[in-house]
Amino acid sequence: MRVALFTSCAADLAAPRPALAAVRVLEAMGMTVDVPGAQTCCGQVALNSGHREPASELMRRWGRTFGEYDAVVGVSGSCTATVHHQFPRVLEDRAARLAVDAARRTWEFTRFVAHHDAALDLALSGDVTWHDSCHMLRSLGEKAAPRDVLGRVRGLRVHEAPGSEVCCGFGGTFALKYPELSCAMADRKITDVTRTDATHLVSSDSTCLLHLSGRAARRRVPLRALHVAELLAAALPGGPGTLEEAFA
Amino acid sequence: MSGRSIALHGAERVPHSRPEWAGSVRPGHRALLPLVTAEAVSRPESAATAARLTERSREWQDGGWPENLVPLRERAARIRRETLGDLESHLAQLAAKVTEHGGTVHRAATAADATAIVRRIAAEHSVRLVVKSKSMVTEEIGLNPALEADGIEVVETDLGEYIVQLGDERPSHIIAPAVHLAHRDVAERFDALAGERLDHDVTALAGFARARLREDFRTAGLGVTGVNFAVAETGTLAIVTNEGNADLVTSQPPVHVAIMTPEKVVPRMADLGVLIPLLSHAGTGQRMTVYQTLVTGPRRAGESDGPRELHLVIVDNGRHRILGTRYEEVLACIRCGACQTACPVFRTLGGGHAYGAAYGGPIGAVLSPLLAQHEQDRELPYLSSLCGACADVCPVMIPLPDMLVDLRADDAASGRRMSRAGWRAWSALWSNRAGHRVSLAVAAAAARLLPRRFLTRLPVARRWARGRELPDLRGAGRLRRALRRRHRTGDPA
Repeated sequence: MRVALFTSCAADLAAPRPALAAVRVLEAMGMTVDVPGAQTCCGQVALNSGHREPASELMRRWGRTFGEYDAVVGVSGSCTATVHHQFPRVLEDRAARLAVDAARRTWEFTRFVAHHDAALDLALSGDVTWHDSCHMLRSLGEKAAPRDVLGRVRGLRVHEAPGSEVCCGFGGTFALKYPELSCAMADRKITDVTRTDATHLVSSDSTCLLHLSGRAARRRVPLRALHVAELLAAALPGGPGTLEEAFA
Repeated sequence: MSGRSIALHGAERVPHSRPEWAGSVRPGHRALLPLVTAEAVSRPESAATAARLTERSREWQDGGWPENLVPLRERAARIRRETLGDLESHLAQLAAKVTEHGGTVHRAATAADATAIVRRIAAEHSVRLVVKSKSMVTEEIGLNPALEADGIEVVETDLGEYIVQLGDERPSHIIAPAVHLAHRDVAERFDALAGERLDHDVTALAGFARARLREDFRTAGLGVTGVNFAVAETGTLAIVTNEGNADLVTSQPPVHVAIMTPEKVVPRMADLGVLIPLLSHAGTGQRMTVYQTLVTGPRRAGESDGPRELHLVIVDNGRHRILGTRYEEVLACIRCGACQTACPVFRTLGGGHAYGAAYGGPIGAVLSPLLAQHEQDRELPYLSSLCGACADVCPVMIPLPDMLVDLRADDAASGRRMSRAGWRAWSALWSNRAGHRVSLAVAAAAARLLPRRFLTRLPVARRWARGRELPDLRGAGRLRRALRRRHRTGDPA
């Protein structure tokens, strides 16, 4: 099966590793992975800042870039949710129809793995906790797939944090408009996470993780954050075996 | 004809320790929202309130909707939208029924019109003391200060409202007005009010308030209530409480003024069977509120109690402008406050005061700019991380996050030209492969070459760096290079 990887602009700017890891995982699953070079941004950040026209320009571009693939796999839960939920709301006429159609073929990474992998041999010992990113959880309604996928990794223990479903305070330009508030929300999340037995925080959205680890670094709190694709790639056969070794 | 308040006796001794923006009267000129919110976040009280609200949210909202309420929620959403579709005819039926029962119906276009009507009624009866049961619309229209300007004492009889009134504050949550206060804060207020140290046991404190409020129920010349639902087919006004204070407000004083906004009307009595359990569950995790006060007309001939006059004031205050727009559904709101409890932004701010409007939280961030009472309310839709928790808990399924996004678009369309041009330039750049590549290269070069001290002063980075380390942009564009290399060599990524 040929799939296109939808990497999200965070991967281009500051978080390349999750996208590269996703390629390895998908290939290990037997997929032919294409990473369309024409992709840039799904338009979410412009849309959520109130700029509908620039957003829809990027959305239409997304449609042209990914329109021909049988399956598109999104490395970001939030960006995938934008394709599913906002494209049909924002785009009009033919573009909207194409977008709805593309959304039907667009998968969030863990969901794709959960549905298409039967034989993947995953092993990595360690302790993690999962952060449900808001749009993945509420807009895509995806709570089970990441837990399912993490559950397949031999040796991995998943510790639920009490506020796993609570927003980390990133919220796109919200993080810039209201930095103190955004950081206070991160602090609550960091506290919840550090109270578990997990050594690493795992999520499906690099932006949440950049915000949380940036905050933790400023406060000198040891918080190690990684994208679920990175974890799965490290858990592939021939990997380091332990989370500590893989992500020291 | 009425006496003076016992409940407020000594209120001048209660210190007002609130920040300016939490005051009972919303100031005409407000500090900028980012400043107010930063101050709110820095208050230790906010963290305590956040903890309280988070606990409530976990107790009431975790685990989603109970199975038995799922169909009820869908029905409620439908009833509310159907009613909005034909609001005027339901209101006409309601008005006819209330009048038939001997009540008087007033229609007010604006807040000022509504307060003028209540002031006139109070003046006609030489009222000196008003007892109120909890009502958000009276907050919205500023009824208390309007009556107080006429020399009338106004006493809030909901326990939480009474507590915030003593501290000269606004309610901080639609259904839990004193949620921003701890047990200790309440005890301090009551001690100051009493002029002596009281027993600080919770029941004893509630008993103290109860005893004082009882006197005022007896002597007040006017009782003011809001309306949770007004039943068109019977002319019945439904008010729910957990303290029974609405029973007293609507039965003891000789005159009852009920104030509602048009969208509070429901077509049938049977609709209450859907809406009241939902309101109770969404608001406080109860199956039913302890009291449901149903008022159908004033005292009738031969009856021994109840008010001699009933006035229903229906105040629009900008709602007609919302009907028929893409925001119409926001009028389906039943004021349960669930979206506030569920909202991590609201919680972290320590409640609704920092929003500056009568309604805080997600519902307030949508409704307030639409009501357009204050220019600064246009900023409220941005005061959300768009996490969507509000939509999950909304008993009538209002798509609040989508509305927040749409309101931002409305605001930006009429906003600063510079910002619009900036976004357009960015999307043009990123709609072009070369433009995208160049922008990544520029970001990486800047991150590599410029000293960190300088980087943290750049416009966007500066705001990120307020509390966070900057992400490492030196690797901007690295993904593309790694992929190209991989493509060429077939090496693993």
